Amino acid sequence: MNFWRSLILLVGSGLLWSQALALEIKTWTTENGAKVMFVESHDLPMVDIRFTYKAGSARDGEQPGISRLVSALLVEGTGDLDAKQVALQFESVGAQLGHDSLRDMAWTSLRSLSDPAMLDQVVDLYARVNALPSFPPDAIERDRKSLLVSLANRKNQISNVVNDAFFAQVYAGHAYQIGQQGTEAGLKSITREDLLDFHRRYYVAANATLAMVGDLSEQQARDYAEQLTRHLQTGEAAPALAPAPQPDKAQIVRVPFKTTQSHIVQGKPVLSRIDPDYFPLYVGNHILGGSGFSSRLMQEIRENRGLSYSVYSFFVPMESNGPFEMALQTRNDQVDEAAGLLQQMLEEFIDKGPTAEELEHAKKNITGSFPLKIDSNKKIVDYLAVIGFYDLPLKYLDNFNERVMAVTREDIKDAFARRVDPLRMIRVIVGEQQTS
Amino acid sequence: MMKRFVLLLVCLSALPLQARTVETMLDNGMKIIIREDNRAPVVVSQLWYRIGSTYEYDGITGASHILEHMMFKGTETLKPGEFSEIIAANGGSDNAFTSRDYTTYFQRIAKDRLEIGLKLEADRMRNVVFQPGEFAKELAVVKEERRLRVDTNPKRQLFEQFYATAFLTSPVRIPVIGWMEDLKSMQMEDIQDWYRQWYSPNNATLVIVGDVVAEDAIALATRYFANIKPSEIEPPKRRSEIEQKGQRRLTLYGQTSNPYLIMGYKAPVLNGSADKVKDVYALAVLSGILDGGSSARISMKMLRGDEIAVEAGTSYDPFDRLAGLFLFAGTPNKDISPERLEQAFKDEITDLQKNPVSAQELQRVKAQVIASRVFDQDSMFNQGMQIGMLDSVGHDWRLIDSYVDNIKNISAEDIQRVAQTYFPDDQLTVAILLPESGDDQ
Repeated sequence: MNFWRSLILLVGSGLLWSQALALEIKTWTTENGAKVMFVESHDLPMVDIRFTYKAGSARDGEQPGISRLVSALLVEGTGDLDAKQVALQFESVGAQLGHDSLRDMAWTSLRSLSDPAMLDQVVDLYARVNALPSFPPDAIERDRKSLLVSLANRKNQISNVVNDAFFAQVYAGHAYQIGQQGTEAGLKSITREDLLDFHRRYYVAANATLAMVGDLSEQQARDYAEQLTRHLQTGEAAPALAPAPQPDKAQIVRVPFKTTQSHIVQGKPVLSRIDPDYFPLYVGNHILGGSGFSSRLMQEIRENRGLSYSVYSFFVPMESNGPFEMALQTRNDQVDEAAGLLQQMLEEFIDKGPTAEELEHAKKNITGSFPLKIDSNKKIVDYLAVIGFYDLPLKYLDNFNERVMAVTREDIKDAFARRVDPLRMIRVIVGEQQTS
Repeated sequence: MMKRFVLLLVCLSALPLQARTVETMLDNGMKIIIREDNRAPVVVSQLWYRIGSTYEYDGITGASHILEHMMFKGTETLKPGEFSEIIAANGGSDNAFTSRDYTTYFQRIAKDRLEIGLKLEADRMRNVVFQPGEFAKELAVVKEERRLRVDTNPKRQLFEQFYATAFLTSPVRIPVIGWMEDLKSMQMEDIQDWYRQWYSPNNATLVIVGDVVAEDAIALATRYFANIKPSEIEPPKRRSEIEQKGQRRLTLYGQTSNPYLIMGYKAPVLNGSADKVKDVYALAVLSGILDGGSSARISMKMLRGDEIAVEAGTSYDPFDRLAGLFLFAGTPNKDISPERLEQAFKDEITDLQKNPVSAQELQRVKAQVIASRVFDQDSMFNQGMQIGMLDSVGHDWRLIDSYVDNIKNISAEDIQRVAQTYFPDDQLTVAILLPESGDDQ
């Protein structure tokens, strides 16, 4: 039963838009300077709210792990309320509170019934959870310990080992080098004062986006937005991140690991969220390894050769240049064959580009599946958060299909040749070496 | 996994308050259930076959799942992979999943393309072509899948061993992906036989959720499925679990620095327990009392409070086809032994046996169920899942309607009673994962 959940994850990121449905995004700034993105939707009596902050691990500085620790501690108490009282106030009206952090962003979320009898019970508390966490000393120690325990076990989880090794190599010296999990030394060095400083610096209105979707009028949304942000200091937006340097040569990193199956990841830093090559690279990758079963990598490596259950490539558009990655997992004795194929298929794609048929097929899939991208409040609030966080144009979704349709084979070939140099890539192989 | 109770509440409480749902059955015995949801111009179509690992037996474990893979390998009129290509070219996405009690194929697509998926799905209900070369490659892929999900994941291995220890005669002991030894000896003929035996209209239910008019969708489905002849489906022999005679324990050493603990007590499910309906709902609420959020007992007392565990939870699924387990599981905190965590779980059980839960806790669980009922309607896919899961294990999908009321009727006394009934030591199975020596440098 657990089984299907993972399988469903395969269902890829179709991204699309039909002219029939356009999202009417309202945006404004609260009195203290937080950007608000709102979509009104009255079909269901519920509301989704999300705060995003430029407060991910890219801001950890000398204390890797601090962004994650701050995020974890938001729900551990505010004012006189302890963690249980906070949780109980949300849960007793069935509301769901969430929080997490990644490399670029930290976020909190609230899902509640829209009935003011319920919503009004949690809005101010949610605002306080964001703006006025109390950072109780016992909770700091507990969460620190818990993060250290999970960190210690990462070295036993092969998917984490390969991912951590990849970032350590590709982003050496850059803010993305260490992920939100932090380091042992970093986590141990953090004091309560450090946490307060980090929170004061980054959890501020000028560094926040507030996304709201649901059963509210615009006036209600404006009123709630003021309530939600009123405890936040105005502060300043976080400074832009420096771009990551490009590798100057190809490199293979082998990490020994006791396993029956090796993991391979290769790639380099490429794409930021606002990038003129975004659409050619996105559409091209859809063909190469981004569209599940119809992608070249899946066809050759899984369908024709049975070498891997999962094989794919993707660009992760981030605030700084996020990685291009190709990945697969295969029996130890097939590593050389599979890695060789990955490289060969990438070089061939860059050399010859997609065929006209492949491009047409990709465009049909991408544009045709657009409505599926925004068929729930949850998906819409996700998009609002991304559009707001990365300062994408409000018309991003409206223009999406048009931009996809404009991409030519030459655009793809050209963009890949300039941006995805296959001879200067980092390849990480984690497994038991059986190479001759 | 261990948050399953919460998920389940979310799953099963989602009665769209005003959604129109229409059910019909074709002459060949195929059931069709349509839920109208016009929030977006899209549709989710799911075809549910009543077949999964609990129908399998020793030697062919994993057959249902391999068959799921082979269903994408072409028919008399389609090349291998062409099914998904056609769906993709129409802006849709498709996939499938196998579980203990069902195998499900689905498409998500713009509403005006619904017919394409139905036509293709009807074709592969009977016309799949099995080719030895394709089978060999796909079997290799499934083995890689097993390595990826289980063999390189000590926690998943522990769950496999745990189920095979807790159940001796019930097929609940069989892992969905199959034992590697059985995968190694699997023959194409085994899978072909499995296909012939179970894939027929009278062993399937089509669930469609989306921006459709129910009657139109039924007409479309009828066009493609009505002419498929039914076949005789012989239900599998009853293989009930023998009565457990005493506690069972196992220890597994794996590549981990964190120990892990699983405890399971034999517990009834709604299926086949007409006399225990109230107990089943009470157990579901009990699970929510312990693990229904950050204010629940496990979070407050074991994660915070005594800091026994870094993660811990309960899981209980009242809607499985066969009787299962009420599970406790978690990762002990640093310097806490799995045995100490086990004792902490048992202390929670003892508390529930001795003292009625508070009115505030009960109210909290019920509020969560009621709200989740609304939240669930945000996803068409989940709505289809609720209907299809219930139907596939032999329930009326309208059970969703009564779920909230059944939960609301549970009292503190009911919870105390089931706590006293279902957690005796001799019905317990415990599995512990420990770090291999030298692994924890």
